[in-house]
Amino acid sequence: MASGIRDKVAILGMGCSRFGERWDTDGPSLIVEAFQEAIADAGIDPGELQAGWFGHAGNAVGPGAVPLALALRLHNIPVTRVENACATGTEALRGAAYAVASGACDFAFALGVEKLKDSGYGGLPGGSRGPFYDATNANMTAPGTFAQLASGYRARHGMAADDLKRAMAHVSVKSHANATLNPKAHLRTPITMEQAVNAPLVAAPLGLFDCCGVSDGAACAIVTRPEIARALGKKDIVTIKALQLAATGGWEAQGAGWDYSYVPTTRAAAARAYREAGISDPARDIGLTEVHDCFSITELVTMEDLGLSKDGAAWRDVLDGRFDADGQIPCQIDGGLKCFGHPIGATGIRMVYENYLQLLGRAGERQVSKDIGFALSHNLGGAPFHNICSIAIVGRG
Amino acid sequence: MMAGILSYGSYLPMRRLPRQVIADATSWFNGALSGLGRGERSVANWDEDTLTMAVEACRNCLPEAGRDAIGQLVLASTTLPFADRQNAGIAKEALLLSDRTHTLDITGSQRVGTSGLIAALEAAVSGKTTLLAAADRRHASAASAAQMINGDAGAALLVGPGEPLAELVCARSMSVDFVDRFRASDARHDYEWEGRWIREEGYMSLVTQLVTETLGEAGLRAEEVDHLLFETPMPGVEARLAKALGIRAGAVARPLFLEVGYTGCAHPLLQLAATLERATAGEVICLVGFGQGCDVLLLRVTAANDGRKPAARFQDQLARRKVETNYTRFLYFSGELEFEEGMRAELDIKTPPSMLYRDRKTILGLVGGKCRETGVVQYPRSDVSVAGNARTRGTQEDYPLADRIARVRSFTADYLAYSPDPPSCYGIVEFEGGGRMIADFTDLPEPSLEVGQAVRMVFRLKRTDQRGFRHYFWKAVPVTDQNTRRQD
Repeated sequence: MASGIRDKVAILGMGCSRFGERWDTDGPSLIVEAFQEAIADAGIDPGELQAGWFGHAGNAVGPGAVPLALALRLHNIPVTRVENACATGTEALRGAAYAVASGACDFAFALGVEKLKDSGYGGLPGGSRGPFYDATNANMTAPGTFAQLASGYRARHGMAADDLKRAMAHVSVKSHANATLNPKAHLRTPITMEQAVNAPLVAAPLGLFDCCGVSDGAACAIVTRPEIARALGKKDIVTIKALQLAATGGWEAQGAGWDYSYVPTTRAAAARAYREAGISDPARDIGLTEVHDCFSITELVTMEDLGLSKDGAAWRDVLDGRFDADGQIPCQIDGGLKCFGHPIGATGIRMVYENYLQLLGRAGERQVSKDIGFALSHNLGGAPFHNICSIAIVGRG
Repeated sequence: MMAGILSYGSYLPMRRLPRQVIADATSWFNGALSGLGRGERSVANWDEDTLTMAVEACRNCLPEAGRDAIGQLVLASTTLPFADRQNAGIAKEALLLSDRTHTLDITGSQRVGTSGLIAALEAAVSGKTTLLAAADRRHASAASAAQMINGDAGAALLVGPGEPLAELVCARSMSVDFVDRFRASDARHDYEWEGRWIREEGYMSLVTQLVTETLGEAGLRAEEVDHLLFETPMPGVEARLAKALGIRAGAVARPLFLEVGYTGCAHPLLQLAATLERATAGEVICLVGFGQGCDVLLLRVTAANDGRKPAARFQDQLARRKVETNYTRFLYFSGELEFEEGMRAELDIKTPPSMLYRDRKTILGLVGGKCRETGVVQYPRSDVSVAGNARTRGTQEDYPLADRIARVRSFTADYLAYSPDPPSCYGIVEFEGGGRMIADFTDLPEPSLEVGQAVRMVFRLKRTDQRGFRHYFWKAVPVTDQNTRRQD
């Protein structure tokens, strides 16, 4: 009987580069920037690291995982590159966590990086998705695939288009407000509801402010087993309470019944993660979330998929401020993908970085004052109909 | 053996360009164009070409059953998209005809449609069934008369043994190297000689001679002709010709010039399809094709034609229209004007021929799979069915989806994706009877669709790569009263 990963992995140190249009730097430098913070936080020598997992979804640093070892001058340790679309960061963390949980390593690390702003594109760069996919799929972009959530959500729950548009705008206004307090965030300027609602359309009904930043950045997590962390003198320990991934088997796009109003993989991963963490009432037990708000509508339906809002109620809960910084369950307290930014390979680790800081009371001006309990991160790779969803839950002790 | 025309169909693209739009934009340069500024012409969408229009005409022509009887598929045009890759062979895949079909492209003259019809009628006598399609999307320079006169369309006829809707009375051809127009193999636009010479020495002389000869051969008098189907790029010639031949003025088929334009190789067959929709038993049709000589066919309508309707009537297709008033968009769609398309248009996606061959039914034929064990329909088919059947391998049977109505399940209008006609509109569509796919939408009157709205599938160009390879696939268009197709 599998025993899961709860309480088997401690986060020893974390680091995160400044996210944004980092015209000043390249992939390897971003790797170093995140790693140096993490290793200093961990308080160990880099030579003690026994394995590394490298999350990189694009092609900005060269092939394979070797660029990670090269940038950090880590000689002769195993490094593994992982890629799972926008969920790449959490995938890297999973590799490192499993390595220490299994006892194969005492110290392992995960590092995700993306250097998107040498592509020349305003949004995510285009590219082939494989010959058969290219031959038969619609002419889609990421915002277009997620925008359809709005059409499905509205058809199912029947609110006025303007009401949903305002709820989506509120999601982004909230994240912009949160990011003003985050010195590492990409977008730190507040916006108004009017700006969000009236912005040019990117993919109907998503406007410019419904879409997350396209950013450069890196994030790093160094993990070990809790007993080793304690032996190193760490008194306040953050451990992984659950780490669950769910990939679609193709039912959404090919089967019958899915109405594009929710993301089934999120529901599956959340149910397993709650079981693993021992959470019976997520709306009560989870105090903070970092979710995959690639687009405002994604965050909105994710509140329902995570069980933090009732089905069909998230748009009202959002407008009521339930997920604002001073709300019942703050979401994207660091600005989220929307404003902290979305360097793809780094994002999943960046989410855990924020939850880790918040649990340890080290989040500075944006520190949540209440007792957080469990902090959840939700990292989605792919489109709503074709994705892998990763959920990591962390807590103290 | 009874033989003749067994079925007919036509296809008109949705867009119509009022000729005045061209005149307004260009008559400062060529004042003579103002004189042609009457009526409107049909305009193919950016994702339509000769091949896609031919396929749609064939789909409108094909009877619900009987594809198995088709022995050959002939595609007639001088604007075929591929010079070396058989265009009729692509149409055959889209129409799901047998791999043993004899497919053939015929080209080289504006009368290739009528020449193809004569050959098909001859083959019918020997027991062979031919699906003949003629289509044209002809390019013309900006500020040319041809740009105003041309129209884009396709037409198709099923010809073979069986009870015909119209039977051949007599056909004759004349071949003379009369160069009213030409286009070199590597050229984009036609070059035309003086109209008055074409009219007098071509239409009035050559056509008059051959029609007279053919009527004589058939033992018919000119006044017995009920429908004279002869329209040229020169409006008004047909009436003069009828008078010269002694054919009743009322027998001259209604010109398509004001509503469609002159559709090149497709035109005689388009006129024939439009005429058969309202012709009655016993009527005599005189069908003329002109181009380096001419073809004349005398056909007699049979009782089988009465009450017969194609899947999408010509009149309904005339009614399905979206008026194009933007001259630069028309030029861009027809490749006569270069736009700065942005970085996303630089993406060059190849279609590997090895993959296209392996998956030709799935891609070109829109064939999905139906699980033998569960009955669940899916697109595309896969080794293991999407719905639970203990993951048995290889339970999928071919399940064609192209002729099935579908419902919109999700929608977006994407302004970020590169499209020649932004926004790029797409969403999940679910077929009646099962199966769903993420489809591009095209021919939308406005860039919006409601969840639940009915759509049907059409064969369209998806993209052209930097090597000129044209990749075709299926897209969804809204179902309207004018284009409702039969359901299997």
